[in-house]
This record gives sequence, C-alpha cells and structure tokens, in this order.
Amino acid sequence: MVTPAANSSSTEDLTALIPRRMARARPLFDRELTQRAFKQSFVKLNPATLIKNPVMFVVEIGAALTSVYLVRDLFRGAPGVGFDFQISLWLWFTVLFANFAEAMAEARGKAQADTLRKTKTDSVAKRVTANGKLETVSASQLRAGDVVVSEADDIIPGDGEVIEGIATVDESVITGESAPVIRESGGDRSAVTGGTKVLSDRIKIRITSNPGETFLDRMIALVEGAQRQKTPNEIALNILIAGMTLIFLLAVVTLQPFAVFAVHAAGSGSVPSVAVLVSLLVCLIPTTIGGLLSAIGIAGMDRVMQHNVLAMSGKAVEASGDINTLLLDKTGTITLGNRQAVAFIPVREVSERELSEAAQLASLADETPEGRSIVVLAKEKFQLRGRDLSEMNASFIPFSAYTRMSGVDFDGRQLRKGATDVVIKFAAERGGTIPPELAETAERIARVGGTPLAVADGPRVLGIIHLKDIVKGGMKERLTQLRAMGIRSVMITGDNPLTAAAIAQEAGVDDFLAQATPKDKLEYIRKEQAGGRLVAMTGDGTNDAPALAQADVGVAMNTGTMAAKEAGNMVDLDSNPTKLIEVVAIGKQLLITRGALTTFSIMNDVSKYFAIIPAMFAATYPELNALNIMRLHSPESAVLAAVIFNALIIIALVPLALRGVKYKPQSAAAMLRRNLWIYGLGGLIAPFPCIWMIDRILGLLHLA
Amino acid sequence: MTASGVLYIVVFFLTLLALTKPLGLYMANVFEGRRTFIHPAVRPLERLTYRALGVREDVEQRWTQYAASLLAFSLAGFLFVYLLQRLQGFLPLNPMGFGTKHAPANHTPMTPDLAFNTAVSFITNTNWQAYGGETTLSYLVQMAALTVQNFVSAAVGIAVAIALIRGFARKQMNTIGNFWVDLTRATLYVLLPLSFLFALFLCARGVPQTFKRYVRAKTLAGSSQTIAIGPVASQEAIKMLGTNGGGFFNQNSAHPYENPTPLTNFMEILAILVISSGLTYTFGKMVGDTRQGWALFAAMSVLFFAGAFICYGAEQAGNPNLARLGIETRATRTQPGGNMEGKEVRFGIASSALWATATTDASNGSVNSMLDSYTPLGGLIPMFNLQTDEVIFGGVGSGLYGILMYAIVGVFIAGLMVGRTPEYLGKKIEQKEVKMAMIAIIATAFAILVFTAVTLDARFAAHGYWNSPGPAVANVNNGGPHGFSEILYAFSSQAENNGSAFAGLNVNTPWYNLVGGLAMLIGRFFFIIPALAIAGSLAAKKKVPETSGTLPTHGTLFVGLLVGVIIVVGALTFFPALSLGPLVEYFLMLKGKLYSSLWLTTWS
Repeated sequence: MVTPAANSSSTEDLTALIPRRMARARPLFDRELTQRAFKQSFVKLNPATLIKNPVMFVVEIGAALTSVYLVRDLFRGAPGVGFDFQISLWLWFTVLFANFAEAMAEARGKAQADTLRKTKTDSVAKRVTANGKLETVSASQLRAGDVVVSEADDIIPGDGEVIEGIATVDESVITGESAPVIRESGGDRSAVTGGTKVLSDRIKIRITSNPGETFLDRMIALVEGAQRQKTPNEIALNILIAGMTLIFLLAVVTLQPFAVFAVHAAGSGSVPSVAVLVSLLVCLIPTTIGGLLSAIGIAGMDRVMQHNVLAMSGKAVEASGDINTLLLDKTGTITLGNRQAVAFIPVREVSERELSEAAQLASLADETPEGRSIVVLAKEKFQLRGRDLSEMNASFIPFSAYTRMSGVDFDGRQLRKGATDVVIKFAAERGGTIPPELAETAERIARVGGTPLAVADGPRVLGIIHLKDIVKGGMKERLTQLRAMGIRSVMITGDNPLTAAAIAQEAGVDDFLAQATPKDKLEYIRKEQAGGRLVAMTGDGTNDAPALAQADVGVAMNTGTMAAKEAGNMVDLDSNPTKLIEVVAIGKQLLITRGALTTFSIMNDVSKYFAIIPAMFAATYPELNALNIMRLHSPESAVLAAVIFNALIIIALVPLALRGVKYKPQSAAAMLRRNLWIYGLGGLIAPFPCIWMIDRILGLLHLA
Repeated sequence: MTASGVLYIVVFFLTLLALTKPLGLYMANVFEGRRTFIHPAVRPLERLTYRALGVREDVEQRWTQYAASLLAFSLAGFLFVYLLQRLQGFLPLNPMGFGTKHAPANHTPMTPDLAFNTAVSFITNTNWQAYGGETTLSYLVQMAALTVQNFVSAAVGIAVAIALIRGFARKQMNTIGNFWVDLTRATLYVLLPLSFLFALFLCARGVPQTFKRYVRAKTLAGSSQTIAIGPVASQEAIKMLGTNGGGFFNQNSAHPYENPTPLTNFMEILAILVISSGLTYTFGKMVGDTRQGWALFAAMSVLFFAGAFICYGAEQAGNPNLARLGIETRATRTQPGGNMEGKEVRFGIASSALWATATTDASNGSVNSMLDSYTPLGGLIPMFNLQTDEVIFGGVGSGLYGILMYAIVGVFIAGLMVGRTPEYLGKKIEQKEVKMAMIAIIATAFAILVFTAVTLDARFAAHGYWNSPGPAVANVNNGGPHGFSEILYAFSSQAENNGSAFAGLNVNTPWYNLVGGLAMLIGRFFFIIPALAIAGSLAAKKKVPETSGTLPTHGTLFVGLLVGVIIVVGALTFFPALSLGPLVEYFLMLKGKLYSSLWLTTWS
C-alpha cells in the first residue's frame, strides 16, 4: 500500500512503514481515510450494529418512521411533503454524520494496522531439530518452545527469547526507531519480537508464542480496534445518555395526547405531525455525545499510539487518568543518569583555582561522563583550557575498582582524584598531613546527596570535587503540575536514604523509596492501593513484572523482557520512562472530552425547546410565540433549523472528538470552572445564533 | 412584594437555618447510636420495641435485606390501613358512625378503590386525600391507621436517608445498617418527641384534641351548624413534622382548628422543613465533613429562595387584567393587594405563598390556601417543585436521598470534566450508581407524564364503574390549559408523594384512585430501592483520598452545579408539558384571555 504520507516526499518512503511516523504525518482529515470513513458510514446504518448505540438507534428509527410517512403522503398527495422530505433527509444525515465520526476514528487505526500487517509477510524460519540440525519451515508453523536460529538479514520469525549469542537487531517495525538495538542471551535484553530484523551476528531463539498470538498480532488487533471493549466510564456514560433518551422519549410521546387536549381546549390548530414530534425527539436526545462517544474512545487510544505507547486496553488508558500515585525511577526519569561536577571545594590555604586546575589535569584523560564534567566545570569557572597532554609527557593512571582512584603523573607530580578515603591514604603514604576539614566537607556533600571526590597533588590534599545527580531540566515544573492535578510522585532509587532524600527534595517529588528492591516496590504499590489510590509505574526487568502487574497502570519498556511486557498493560515502544506523564494526560483528556461534550449536548436542548415548542403550537396557542425569542420566521423553518443544527453540530465537533479538548494541568476546581464556562454556558448560548442563522438561510433559499 | 412579606420569608429562613445544626447533630448522635439527653426516657421503650419485634439491634443488613424488610413493613402497613378503613363500621371510636347506616348524610362511602388509594397514600408518606376526613373516617382510622402511618412512613424515609449516608461514610463494608433499628430510632427519638412538643404547642394555641362527637352550634343568624372536632392536634403535629400533609379536615391547614393563629401558621411551615433541613447537617456530620452537608443546604436554599420569591412575587403582583380594569391590586394600608382568591384573609399573601412553596419543596402537601386559584406563575412554582422530585429540603429523608441522586448525576457529568472517574465523597460514581440514579429520576417522570397522558386519553362511558362522569377529563372543573394543569398537578403530586392538590379535579373515582395509587407506589418505591442499591454499592467501595485533582463538593462551584442539574433535568423533562399548562396560561393572562374557561364543549 502506498500511503499519501509516503507520496508526499520521497525521503519518507523508507519510513512509510513505520506506524508512528504514519500516525503523525496524517492530517486529521486525510483524503484516503475520509473516503474510507465515508463508505463505512453507510455500512454502519445496519440496525443490527447500530443498536449498540441506543441514541443513534432511536434517531434511525425516527428517520425510518418519517420516511414511511413521507412515502405514504407522497402517494396520497398530501400537502407539506416538501417539509417532511427535508426533515427525513436531515434525520438520515444525523445518523450518517455520527457513523462518519466513528468510522473516521476507526479508519486511522485500520490504516495503521494495514501497514503493520504488510510487514507480517510469512517469513521463513530455521528451526533446530531434535538432533541439532537446522530445517527450514514457514514461520506460521512455529509453536511455543521451538528453537530457531536467526542470522544477519533474517527476519526473526516469532516472539521469543535469545538463549544463545548476541546480535544487533533493527526493531523499527515496532518502535519506529531506526537505530539498531542489542539483543543477547540472559539478562533483561533477551526478548526479541517477530517481524524485526537481525542486522549482524547469529542468535539462537526459543519461540515463546504461537502463531496469531504474537506481539505483532496483538498490536495489529489493538490498533485496528478489533478487540475494543467499552471502558467502565464509557459504559456508565452510555447508561446516562440512554436514560436521558428514555426521559425525552417519555416527554415527546406523552406530548401527543397533551397536544390533543390542548387543540381541543383551544378549539384551534392541529396536533403536531409525526415528523415534527420525531424532530423534537431527535433534537432533545443527546445525539451529539451519542454520535461522538465511540469516536472519542477510539481517538483516545489512537493518541496514546501516536505517542508510541501501545495500550493493551482502553480501560488502561482510562485508568491512567485516575492515577493518584506515580512511581518514577530516579535514573533516566528524574535525573539525567550521570553524576556531574558542580563545585570545587578547596581546603584552607589552597585556592579554588589551584584545585580546579589539578582536578582538570587529573581528569583530562578520563572519558567517563563524570570526568568530562570536571573538565567542563573547570573550563567554565576559570577558563582553564584542556592542555595538549602529549607535550607534557604525562602518563595516565586509569580508574580501577581496586584502587578507586584515577589521575595523571607528569613533571614529577602525582595528581590523583578518587574516593575520599583512598585519596587520604595516598597522601598520607607520601608524608602529607590531612587537613581536618576535609572529612567534614566530604560528609556534608554526601549528606545532600552528592558524591565527594578528593583531589591530591602528591602528599598535598587540595580539596574536594562535588559530584551530583543532575535533575532533568523542567522535571520540577512537571512534578509541580502533577501535584496540581492531585498526583503524588514517588521516586524509586537504589541509592541510600540520605542521597535519595536530597535528590527527592531537589526534584520536588512527594516521596521516595530508597534502596528499593522489586519486593519493596510491590509492597509500596499494595499499600497505596489499600488506601484507595491508583498507582502507575514503569519497568523493564523481569523482576519488575510482579509490580507492573500489580500497578493499575504498568508501562513496560519495549527494551525490557517479555515477562515485563506481559505483566504491564502498556508498552512504551520508545522505552522512555518519562512518557508515563503524557499517558496520564491523555487519559484525563479522554474523560474530559466525554464530559464536555455530554454537558454541551444537554445544554443545547434549551435552545431547541425555544425553537420547536412555539412552532408546534403556533396555531393552537399563538400566545406561546412569546417563547420564540429567536424570532424564527415560520413554524416549519423553526423545526427544520433545529434539526439541521442538531445534525451539523455532530460534524462540527468531529475534530474536537478526535483531537480531544484542550487540556492543561491544573486543579480540579479550576478545570471544572473552565469547562463549565466553555461547554456548559457555551452549550446553552451557542445554538441560539446558529439556529437563527440557519432559519435565515432556509428563508433565503425558500426551503421553509 | 411588600417589605413585611419579604421579611416574613427571610425571618422564616433564618429560623430554619438556626435550627439546622442542633437538630442535625442530635439526629447524627441518635443514628450513630450515641447517648442523647432523652435516652433515660426513650431507651427502655426502644429495647422493649426490639424485644417485641424480635430484632437484634447489633445485627446489620445488606442492602437487599434492608430493602426487603422495608417492603415487607410497607406491605403490612398497607394491609392494616386498608382493612381498618373497610371495617371501620364494626370498630370502636366511631362516634359519627362512619361505615354504618348511622353515618351523616353527607358522608363519603369507603369503597375498595378509595381504601386502596388512601392506604397507598399513607404508607408512601403521600397523604393524597381523595376524601374529606371529617366526612369519611372514624377517629380510630384517623389515629390508629393514618396517624400511625404518618409516623412510620416518615421514619421509613429517614431510615433510607440514613442508610444512604452510611453508604457514603463506610468503606468496604457489606452492610448499610438495620432497617428495624433505624425505623425505631427515627420514630422514638426524632418524630415522637418533636410531635409531642409540637402537639402541646398547638393545643395551647387552640387546636382541639378530643374524642367527643362533632359539636352542634347555633349560628348568629340562628341556624344550626355542625362543627367537626376530634383528636386534631396530635395528627396535625406529625402531619407537618413528618412531611405527610394529610389534614384532619378537608380544608387542611386553612381550617382554623388545624391552624388557628399566625403563630401556628409560622410554626407549621417551619415544622415542614425542619427535620429535612437538619438531615443535611446529619449527612455532613456522618460522612465526617460538615461542609458537605452545608453545601447541600446551600443548594437547597438557593432553590428555596428562588421558588419562594417567584411565587410570592407572582401572587403579590396579581392579575394585570384586574389592574387594567381599575381595581387596586397594589398592597395598601388596608388591603393586601395582589391575588387573594383562594387565600385565607387571616394569613395573607406572603405566608400563603411561602406555605405553598415549602409544602412542595418538601413532600408535605398540606395547604393553607387553594393552589388552583394561584396566578399561572404562582402555581407553576409548586408544580415545578414537585417535578424536580422535591429536593428543596424535601420530605423527611426523601429530600436528602433525592438530592443525593441529583448530586450523583451532577458529579458524574462534571467529574468527567476534571479528567477522572467521577467521585463523590471519595466514592467512585460508576455504572451501578448512574444506573440507579437514572432509574429513580426516570420512574417519577414516567409516572407523572404517562399517567397524565393516559388519563387525558381515557374515554369511559358516563355512569360506568371506572369513572362515572364519563371520560376522565370530564372530572376537571376547568377547561382550557388550566384544566390540563389540574390533571398534570394531580399526578405530579401523587408520583412525588406530595399529596397536595391543585383541586378543581374530582379524584374520588375508581380510575383516579387506581392510577393515582400506582403513581404513588412507583414514585415511592422506584426511588427508595435504587437509593438503597446505591447505598449498598457505595458502602462496599474503597474511599479514594481527596487530592487537588478531586472535584471539590463543598464549594460554591458544586452548589451551582447541583442547582443547575436539578433545574436543567427538571426543565428539560417537563418543559413541553409545562408549556401547555402554566406557561401558556401565563401568556394568555398577559394577553387578557381566559385560561380556565368553563368546560362547555363535551369531550367526544
């Protein structure tokens, strides 16, 4: 399949198969998707499927009913057929528009699934037979437990675990990331996914899933929405709008006998026709939310997908909006992952400049991130440039786990940096005296979560370099936002409690779990849940699996083991632990969109009453025209304008349903106030000018 | 509106406000089993009741058992009231001989359909009266059947409210309390002592309390008149406090023996709302956050003031057509002005309008003026109060569980808009709660709209069994939209267990008695059972801790939301019906046209 995205630019051709790119490249109303959705909206008219959506089902019955009356009246040659025809037409449009919204949301997933399916060409597997020989079989014949061999340029035939060897693998099919990854036997990088491609070396793989149950199969099913089940909140909302529909059905059905009485009492006018009563019903029942509800859900899943997160169920996405506690790994999520030098603290009688110089010299050959950061800091502070070492005839002493020091020897000087105790020992052995404040400084740094590195020039101890875990830029702000949303962040770290506390304070997390073992994590989650809180976490290792399974939202890293992926209910294909925060936002946005459109839909009804009720009884009680505050020009036009508005608003809100309402982290009260103003008051007022305008247009076109 | 009228309403509200906390606190103590100052007197009685009933007070019930006990109790009450009415002629305390051939000439016969309607009416706390008490019922029936039900049907309402509060307050529990214990405590600790005091007060102000025969008096004009008396004060007290509303006399609280003075008038209106108002505080106290109770109180107060002032404003403004004819309709030093038709001159406009509002804010249904004679907007308020399920303080207990249903619906929609699964008081509002709240709201709407519609369309032959006047619409005294309002009001009143009548409608026929009885049963039990189901479901849930991401349910935002939901749901459901009744009456009045023309044409 050639996608429009691929057509647009030739350089995109190679990545056209990558789901993420595709999803991002597609505009909201892509032509091909729109065409597909257009066709589907007619297919979806089938009452057997439409009955799952009670609101739209009622509209369809109404449309069918008015159509039957229309045909009857056509044969009888009754007057007012033009009006009835227009009403029927717009009622059918109402159903079609709702179908279109749903089809549009589904089409995006289907297009992605098609792309994925193409990569699932039936590859060939080299299976290891019982006697150790290789036989060539079709990938679809593989069963869990089979062992296969994959070499460079082979497509891995199924999901499995590397049991022998190491290889680089291109997983871009799944992740959209073109950089190859390493897969090796044992440890947390042993999982391979069917459909990915070996780039180098040779690995032996034990297959872990049967055909049709592979990760790729599941992914296809998920993006296609084949397994889409209604989420708990969606079901509850469906009950609410079905209940509202029933109430309005009662109000309209009983209006007929009321009208009979009124016509009799007033002695003038006539009882409203079926077309008018159906119009009132359709205008009142919450068609806007009824028509867009499933589209909102599908689009929510799709948005998660666009962030390259694979949610195993809509329920998981919805639950992420409810999260109270977020467990975040320190390394890589809260901190950059490497410690960096932040200060030089000389002992008395030594200048900071001298210390910096010595520290820089001692680190020039140190290629670790810590070493580089020392060079950079010295350069920033004193404009000390890295000198050309080859001129100095220096010899480097590399770091070793045994000495716990590194440094440089030149011109008879012995510069060393390392753990405080060993550097002290180094200086003492050379007859140096140890400044008394050194130990104190080192302890102070350790207390605030830093790592002290002592620097010595032969027997002289010069001072201490302060190394520190650097909290990611913007992390504090994000955590503050989370707090505003009522979400507690908890940092998980292997550090000791002292260090953990210091970083926790700097990053602004609410709590931390120091020296955390997998068991500690599991217990922490259980404790939170017992207090009624919902917990989200990320994890990659097999030992994370129990905690991932226990958490309400468990996001497994794609680089992680199969066990972790099985245990979580989402997989982050980018393996970026920070993404949990985005997933939470999407979950919230999904719920807000539903609530906002429900409110909007219900508030719209007020204007429709003002349009239709005076029109219905124009001849019976002309006094009711006082309610015609829009001054609609004729009863027919009033009813028609309301019906047309009701249909068009569905289409008008499709982009909102697919994109989700604007979401900005803030407190619940502030968010509610804002949304009530926009969708509550907006829903109350907006239809009045719209219906008025449609009425004018109908008048100009002589349609009513 | 006059300054004194406005002041009357404001003083009334402030008095109610002052009583809310002490009474609410007392009730919280009673229902949480703490000792109160009247324990020495009442506790032995309570123990005795349990021993007699075989109830173990420490054994709690699941919601299904609670509901089953409640239904069994109501059924027993129904059978008892029905039989007592039918057999009154054979029973004592019947000095006027009702049900025997010695009955007064103007008596109303106690037919099976009337007995059915009355029995349902009293077990459902409706007190719809298709009869005149003084011309139909013996003292025994009035006291042992009706007054007893006035107590226990009110206690049932309180029990349900308490059970629902427990649902919110508890976590991960299967049970919601014991129906028999809640029923007994509500009766013995709340209703009995208050009624006792209130009855004494009424006696002191001149309300009769006697078993003697009706008095024959010589009037000033020299003719003889029968003056009905009886054990009035005892029934009057619980009639108001238990939001029952069924009067001893047909005239209800417009009768000088039920409501002799302006002071009794004030106190009786207060008695309608005082327990329900107190329950909002009980709610806050029992869920551990009194702000939550005050939020409900505030929402109720907003609606109360809106209703009271619209109604009073419309009545005081009167009919513009009369003003146009040069009749003084403004209040003067000697004239109340406005619309005095159907109102007691002893009470005037403000206290009549306040009563009409309060009696329909709650499920009381007593009246001190005739609602049928109100101006269209003045009459719209009581009707709309009914149709929004009487949640403005509301019936004892029923007002609280009613407004909690709306709170659940409101929290569900609004809660989604803060991006979380909606929560109320730490309880997630999910499928079951939404479903049950919708069932309750739909059931009463169904009873009102469908029974009104069916009645409009019911065409019986004249002099038949079901409706001797002929078609059911022939029973209205007025034609035009006002006739429609009368029927709509009758079913609104019954479905909402109010019991007040717009009047102008002859309802003592088998058709009206039967359909009205069904409306009362639906309105009562299709509201109570979902409320208990919600209680059970909530009690079993965990409590989600409150964070800044939680929708706050104690501030002005929530109060506004709750008021909005109540008005919007009510208005959207009933706008078409109201537009053919009070609304069109109003517009007709403005145009100077008749809206209650006599029923001249015959229905065919």
